[in-house]
Amino acid sequence: MSWRSPDELRATARVEWARIQALAQPVKARDRLAIPPQEMPAQEPLARARNMQEVALGYFEEQARVEAVRCLQCKNAPCVAGCPVRIDIPRFIAAIASGEMAKAIAIIKETSLLPAVCGRVCPQETQCQEPCTVGKSHKRVDKAVSIGRLERYVADWERAQGAAPPAVAPATGKKVAVVGSGPAGITVAADVRRAGHAVVLFEAFHKPGGVLVYGIPEFRLPKSIVQAELDTLKQMGVEIRTNFLVGRTRKLTDLLAKDGFDAVFIGSGAGLPKFMNIEGENLVGVYSANEYLTRSNLMKAYDRVHAVTPIHAAQRVAVLGGGNVAMDAARTALRLGAREVHLIYRRTEVEMPARVEEVAHAREEGVQFHLLQNAKRILGENGKVTGIECLRYELGEPDASGRRRPVEIPGSEFQMPMDAVIVAIGNESNPLIEQTTPGLAVDKYGHIVTDENGCTSIPNVFAGGDIVLGAATVILAMGEGRRAAAAINRLLAG
Amino acid sequence: MNQILFKERLAPEVYRMRVRAPLIAEERKPGQFIILQLDTEFGERIPLTIADADVQEGSITIIFQVAGKSTKLLAGMEPGQKIANLVGPLGRPTHIEQFGTVVCVGGGIGMAPLYPIAQGMKEAGNRLIVIIGARTKELVILEPEMRALADEVIICTDDGSYGRKGLVTEPLQELCAQGAKPDLAVAIGPPLMMKFCSLATRPFGVPTVVSLNTIMIDGTGMCGGCRVTVGGKTKFVCVDGPEFDGHQVDFDQMIQRLGSYREQERIAAAGCNLHAEAVRKGLQE
Ligand SMILES: Cc1cc2nc3c(=O)[nH]c(=O)nc-3n(C[C@H](O)[C@H](O)[C@H](O)COP(=O)(O)OP(=O)(O)OC[C@H]3O[C@@H](n4cnc5c(N)ncnc54)[C@H](O)[C@@H]3O)c2cc1C
Ligand SMILES: Cc1cc2nc3c(=O)[nH]c(=O)nc-3n(C[C@H](O)[C@H](O)[C@H](O)COP(=O)(O)OP(=O)(O)OC[C@H]3O[C@@H](n4cnc5c(N)ncnc54)[C@H](O)[C@@H]3O)c2cc1C
Ligand code: SF4
Ligand code: SF4
Ligand code: FES
Repeated sequence: MSWRSPDELRATARVEWARIQALAQPVKARDRLAIPPQEMPAQEPLARARNMQEVALGYFEEQARVEAVRCLQCKNAPCVAGCPVRIDIPRFIAAIASGEMAKAIAIIKETSLLPAVCGRVCPQETQCQEPCTVGKSHKRVDKAVSIGRLERYVADWERAQGAAPPAVAPATGKKVAVVGSGPAGITVAADVRRAGHAVVLFEAFHKPGGVLVYGIPEFRLPKSIVQAELDTLKQMGVEIRTNFLVGRTRKLTDLLAKDGFDAVFIGSGAGLPKFMNIEGENLVGVYSANEYLTRSNLMKAYDRVHAVTPIHAAQRVAVLGGGNVAMDAARTALRLGAREVHLIYRRTEVEMPARVEEVAHAREEGVQFHLLQNAKRILGENGKVTGIECLRYELGEPDASGRRRPVEIPGSEFQMPMDAVIVAIGNESNPLIEQTTPGLAVDKYGHIVTDENGCTSIPNVFAGGDIVLGAATVILAMGEGRRAAAAINRLLAG
Repeated sequence: MNQILFKERLAPEVYRMRVRAPLIAEERKPGQFIILQLDTEFGERIPLTIADADVQEGSITIIFQVAGKSTKLLAGMEPGQKIANLVGPLGRPTHIEQFGTVVCVGGGIGMAPLYPIAQGMKEAGNRLIVIIGARTKELVILEPEMRALADEVIICTDDGSYGRKGLVTEPLQELCAQGAKPDLAVAIGPPLMMKFCSLATRPFGVPTVVSLNTIMIDGTGMCGGCRVTVGGKTKFVCVDGPEFDGHQVDFDQMIQRLGSYREQERIAAAGCNLHAEAVRKGLQE
């Protein structure tokens, strides 16, 4: 994929739109299939690799409408089954095609509360766009209708209009505590508040937003978007209490027993970074991706004139892992001034759990990929990282999941000089709430056990998002939040 | 919330403050700490021990030494002003029980975290010996408070300007060598001092607790920045600690990690960000 300027993409879309207008209406399926997929306008790769602004700029209206016409309006709509929260995709896309943006966003909001976020960060190619009929006809998933981009388009359109916050039912006198202000917590707060219950959203950090704020970087998800969601909550009357660590500042059980809360939702996220347990991992210059990204995003270490929080000015950075977190860390390292960033992943690109778009963007920006390789130890001198020793792998027999397992090639060790290493191989669950809440059942991974309504082993205590699912996705966290909120609203109504 | 109620200078560059934080005052236990931040957008999050608390007043006491940019800014604040962000109590409380004789060793600012532990140990019925170490007389802090608590107080200064001349490890070793050696030692201070205290008690098999002051960011177990090696395993100081078995801690590694940002901190403390920027650019060129 070679980069094309936004102006060029817009001009092309205009021509295409005029051509579509000239076709027999309604447009026939064959003609729809002939419309070229609309590319996402983006900042020029080498320029953006040195700034923090959003990479993907969003469709122009012309592009959105052309893209919407590509949708075949399938009767069975396989795309809907691919969306974890079952957004009515054909209906909202039809509204975009006819230019009814307000209607489109209203349809999405029947189901999803965070379309501006999910449109940007959902792994669409494995969810809604994977089964899309258009992609299937072209035998290429990247030719599917760009559902996520269209979702983002109407969500951004709505924000630009300055939408009024959702209506709140008259006060019920009931009070709900929400622990954690990530996507799961934000969703529960909104849905429970709408039913007229008082809501207090507790957040351990000094800023609300969860991973959307401290994990996913500005260049992929502008913080102003998350802030707009939080502002809406405030306008609805949700109280947000930052610097409040439930379990320590107050026990969860005390919230129920002493502070008058009628129900609690736990959306405390994943937490605890995993390390590889290899030699050299505690050298100076080795970070977990959580630390690296938090320093950069939350503490704004990238703003070197204003921020107090330091971050290493590393020249050669290795990132271990192949998920979204690894891509974010690698691309952040470039933006912090690294001359070379090496991404080291044990399997091949096909197995990378990261969104396809992020992998493509990382490559365009100059991140060097080392596939079928893995770190064996981190080398150091005087306590500081000086390099990394890797081992090559090849693909062996398929394992239980059907994926071919990487097996190491003995004696294939080689070394590369580095001055920072970022470990991005996943998270374990944070045990704090479990440890301080007697009777809260968790599984062997420390994930809170819930029933189909999100209810935990303690009455009136619900949970959802990464603390239940393990490191998952924004849309799943939101979906769980909606389900739990519905159950809380039923509980408090009865 | 977070309003500074009282400020006092205890020694050159050492301050005591009482800050309004009713919830923390109610929940906190010896050994726990808070993290504060002076500016929501750009501030650094710095951990400080809760040296004392007053539930009635709804306040906590912090005692801190000016080490760099953030502590310098904090020292410049006055009663009535508010600390932008303050979260806690963090970390696991000290394990307190009746051990018998407990010797508490504090080096420099380490006296601040030591004080609530000494208090707890005394309340639990232990015989309490306190060893206070400082570079020089005017840096000895919390002596009256400790005298009011302890059965015995020993003071050491590096230059002999007050108490014994020498390091805290000497009286510690003497106590361990006695027939009735202490049942527990608690040593808090600079990492090197804790290292040598642990080495001093080891041959006598006196269990030794140390409180580690690593670099921290979130303080909730999320970032891994505070990790140390204890007994060959990686531990997170903010959630597994801050107290650990001194005989198991890899102090050399910890000292190296604490030095991670020395150059950048020196520049930040000098207060010249433009200079810092220039130096960082230079580093990149
Ligand atoms: C770098 C990175 C990139 C990612 N990229 C993507 C992506 O592209 N697409 C995608 O779908 N998903 C992505 N994810 C995953 C996604 O962000 C998470 O699945 C999602 O944020 C989980 O939401 P949550 O509400 O469960 O928890 P979180 O977003 O983790 O929020 C939990 C919040 O709770 C707070 N908290 C924790 N304990 C307590 C307590 N005891 N008291 C008070 N507050 C507490 C935390 O400080 C945090 O703010 C990414 C994750 C990371 C880290
Ligand atoms: C659990 C815990 C409890 C603590 N309790 C106290 C206390 O009661 N009183 C007190 O004065 N100090 C305490 N500290 C140390 C205190 O946090 C640091 O002195 C402070 O963060 C320095 O910030 P700064 O911006 O002023 O200095 P910086 O410019 O950030 O650093 C100056 C020097 O301090 C070291 N340093 C930086 N960050 C930390 C850190 N988080 N911890 C330790 N050293 C650091 C640096 O290596 C550097 O040499 C505690 C630390 C921890 C982890
Ligand atoms: S929420 Fe995600 S999966 Fe669902 S339609 Fe939108 S982009 Fe697709
Ligand atoms: S599967 Fe594709 S073409 Fe069919 S309705 Fe969904 S988005 Fe449109
Ligand atoms: S300070 Fe982040 S894990 Fe301990």
